[in-house]
Amino acid sequence: MLKYDIVVVGGGPAGLAAAIEAKKNGVDNILVIERDRELGGILQQCIHNGFGLHVFKEELTGPEYAEKFITELKNMGIEYKLDTMALEIGEERVIHAINTVDGFMRIKAGAIILSMGCRERTRGAISIPGTRPAGVFTAGTAQRFVNMEGYMVGKRVVILGSGDIGLIMARRMTLEGAKVLAVAELMPFSGGLTRNIVQCLEDYHIPLYLSHTLMEIKGKDRVEGVVIAEVDKNRKPIPGTEKHYDCDTLLLSVGLIPENEISKNAGIALDPVTSGPIVNESMETSIEGVFACGNVVHVHDLVDFVTAESKRAGKNAARYIKKEIKADAKTAKTKPGEGIRYIVPHMVRPENVDGTLDLFMRVDNVYKDMNMIVKLDGKEIKRMKKKHLAPGEMESVKIKKEDLGFGEDAVITVQLEKEGA
Amino acid sequence: MYDVAVIGAGIIGTFITRELSKFNLKTAMIDKDTDIANGTTKANSAIVHAGYDARPSTLKGTLNAKGNAMYGKVCEELDVHFKRIGSLVIASNEEEMESVKDLYERGRKNNIPHMKILSQEEVRAMEPNLNEEIIGALCAPTAGIVSPWELSVALAENAADNGAEIKLETEVLSIEKNEEGYIIYTNNGEVKAKYIFNCAGVYADKINEMVASRSFTIHPRRGQYNILDKRTGDLVNHVIFQAPTKLGKGVLVAPTVHGNLLVGPDAEDLEDKENTSTTSDRLTFIREKSRKTTMKIPFNGTITSFAGLRAVPSTGDFIIEESKEAKGFINVAGIESPGLSAAPAIAEYAIDILKGITGELKERKDFNPRRKPVIRFMELSDEEKAEAIKKDPRYGRIICRCENITEGEIVDSIHRNAGGRTVDAIKRRVRPGMGRCQGGFCGPRVMEILARELKIDIKEVVKDGKASYILTEETKKDKSQDVVESR
Repeated sequence: MLKYDIVVVGGGPAGLAAAIEAKKNGVDNILVIERDRELGGILQQCIHNGFGLHVFKEELTGPEYAEKFITELKNMGIEYKLDTMALEIGEERVIHAINTVDGFMRIKAGAIILSMGCRERTRGAISIPGTRPAGVFTAGTAQRFVNMEGYMVGKRVVILGSGDIGLIMARRMTLEGAKVLAVAELMPFSGGLTRNIVQCLEDYHIPLYLSHTLMEIKGKDRVEGVVIAEVDKNRKPIPGTEKHYDCDTLLLSVGLIPENEISKNAGIALDPVTSGPIVNESMETSIEGVFACGNVVHVHDLVDFVTAESKRAGKNAARYIKKEIKADAKTAKTKPGEGIRYIVPHMVRPENVDGTLDLFMRVDNVYKDMNMIVKLDGKEIKRMKKKHLAPGEMESVKIKKEDLGFGEDAVITVQLEKEGA
Repeated sequence: MYDVAVIGAGIIGTFITRELSKFNLKTAMIDKDTDIANGTTKANSAIVHAGYDARPSTLKGTLNAKGNAMYGKVCEELDVHFKRIGSLVIASNEEEMESVKDLYERGRKNNIPHMKILSQEEVRAMEPNLNEEIIGALCAPTAGIVSPWELSVALAENAADNGAEIKLETEVLSIEKNEEGYIIYTNNGEVKAKYIFNCAGVYADKINEMVASRSFTIHPRRGQYNILDKRTGDLVNHVIFQAPTKLGKGVLVAPTVHGNLLVGPDAEDLEDKENTSTTSDRLTFIREKSRKTTMKIPFNGTITSFAGLRAVPSTGDFIIEESKEAKGFINVAGIESPGLSAAPAIAEYAIDILKGITGELKERKDFNPRRKPVIRFMELSDEEKAEAIKKDPRYGRIICRCENITEGEIVDSIHRNAGGRTVDAIKRRVRPGMGRCQGGFCGPRVMEILARELKIDIKEVVKDGKASYILTEETKKDKSQDVVESR
């Protein structure tokens, strides 16, 4: 049986940052397991720029951003195994993994960091009716084909959903010579970043239809057309508003889901809202010594936030190995209040907080001129003015450790209030 | 010149072809599609019915129970998933209870073993997740679940292992009768055969009319289904039917052999024999109807929806007989439900008709009923996993993350007799793309493996039908070899 102090499952941006930070915090014996052929994860197929504004104060492409971490990881001598799949996490933090070189492995880990990322929601998940021809791709799969494999997936394209990958792919397909006819979004607001709406749609005169849904896919062998229609307040299609498009390709950008099959089978508690593990201030899951970070916990919009969160997981995994984390400390729960969909972390042990506590959250609608208020057991401890809030843009709140004095079973809530209310 | 041509490579065509391969016969199986089991067989409820439903005096009635009893052996021989999990027909009121009792009586006449009428308490104990309003049920323990296309592919492979020829992408255009037998004209040349089995599913009437006048018609009846994520497969332990009422048959809720949950179908008579599209109204209808069985189906765990066509005969019963106008032309038509359940018995019955025409058939001494076992990596023990990778490192590379399917399994499924040549064919054989990501991650990899193993360009790899291309062109025409190889 192989033995490591820390095993990181997933070598994307989250896993890389966590492994590096763990090493910087004094743990030497680290292994990164990556199921793909290269480190860097999905960043490798994101050849557009805009990565790293927060972390590096410059605009990088996905592969450039990944490369910085890959180089650092290699320079630090951290071990990694490519093309290696973790099949399960058993008792006592023993990981079962396979690859073509080492065969079947049992790996005993002092601590585990889960960083498996996320996957895209598919046609089936949203039950789009019609035929089932070729030419229906998730935006990310199309991105992989176009950017990494070097093949185009279609000529006339309709995109369902306005998630960031869909928006980026609208531009990418256009630049590669395809005609993007429309982007249809079910919600009355886009799920993507504002800058992507501007730079990927508006700049290329690609129409975005908010409050629209896909009614039907046509074509037996290959997509021959789609029908979209406007929806009412209850997201039901409004008869008579159908628009027909002759197209050969439908891209889906209808959301991402944390990839937690291993976590689930290991018995780790998941949050039904985020679909990721329930974590505490140290990014530790419900199983002691198993940490999680990045999109496997909740879907981030910027990789910079993934990096920050993963550093925290890496550092705390190292502290766990060095027995610096107090497991039985007093614990508060976080609770999303009015206007907030979820908060990560879900639990906070102030004794283990290092300087400040960062809470990450998403709002449930588009809001203007709001106050974001943090309360501890009903008592306001922080208030921030927010000009614009949208579900597509993650919010964060920093709370000073000294503001976190509380008794047993405390609750930290974050809520929105109309300014002046 | 073949002795026998089988038209149609669905569950019936493959069963008959495999049965024929037990004898000293030169057999060809022809299908217009790119794969085995690409019509009705690929989209149905995947149930091996116990056999209480059909009227005793019909072919359906006699062949269902007989076929059911044959399933264990054939699936064991061919290494195909089959689970005899039993079925329940649930009743929510007294009227439905009456219909349950009728089914029980009919089942007794069909000699269905071990049936029992369950009380409310007994149902609840067996199926705690069912609707509380259920007052009783008919339990038929011999009912089972199977993977129809897996079985069909295995039958074709085993038939081919034993010498039968399989001609895919071969569409029958016309048939000519002559002194020796028949000339079948196809888009892929002529096929001459002394005898023909017409197993052409929804097109069996058209094929029949190529040699005889119209004696039956087949019309398509569409059924739509939802299939849910594996985490929901243990919601029920049996195949759960709703008792038939004046308003119709209701929908079924059943686990699949791979642990998913299947909900459906509805029934809708159509004209178009190709219309397998799903509709929003019908999918909603199925969901609503399933609530009578259980309120607990998490439809947000739906991974895909699909529709299949039943081949409904104008005669009301299976049509398994030699054409009165064309000697040696045997129709095996109108095989709607319980066709999958009856299939092994249908094949035997059909071969008996051939024996009646030809006199005794000579059995082959070297017939091998078994096919080479399939390595299903995730079903192996840790030690077996280690061993499998040692023997062939390709079993150490996971291609499909959702179902944990290895490269070794995919390569094996391409190179077997009746191997897969399309992305969907691979999906049906070894399941990459059947999981919750529906091929998002593994699709490009499967295409790459198909192109490599079949020695074709990746742009030629199709999803399913010949025209179902996936990639349109290369983004950069002038790619250096280095870049390609480093991927």
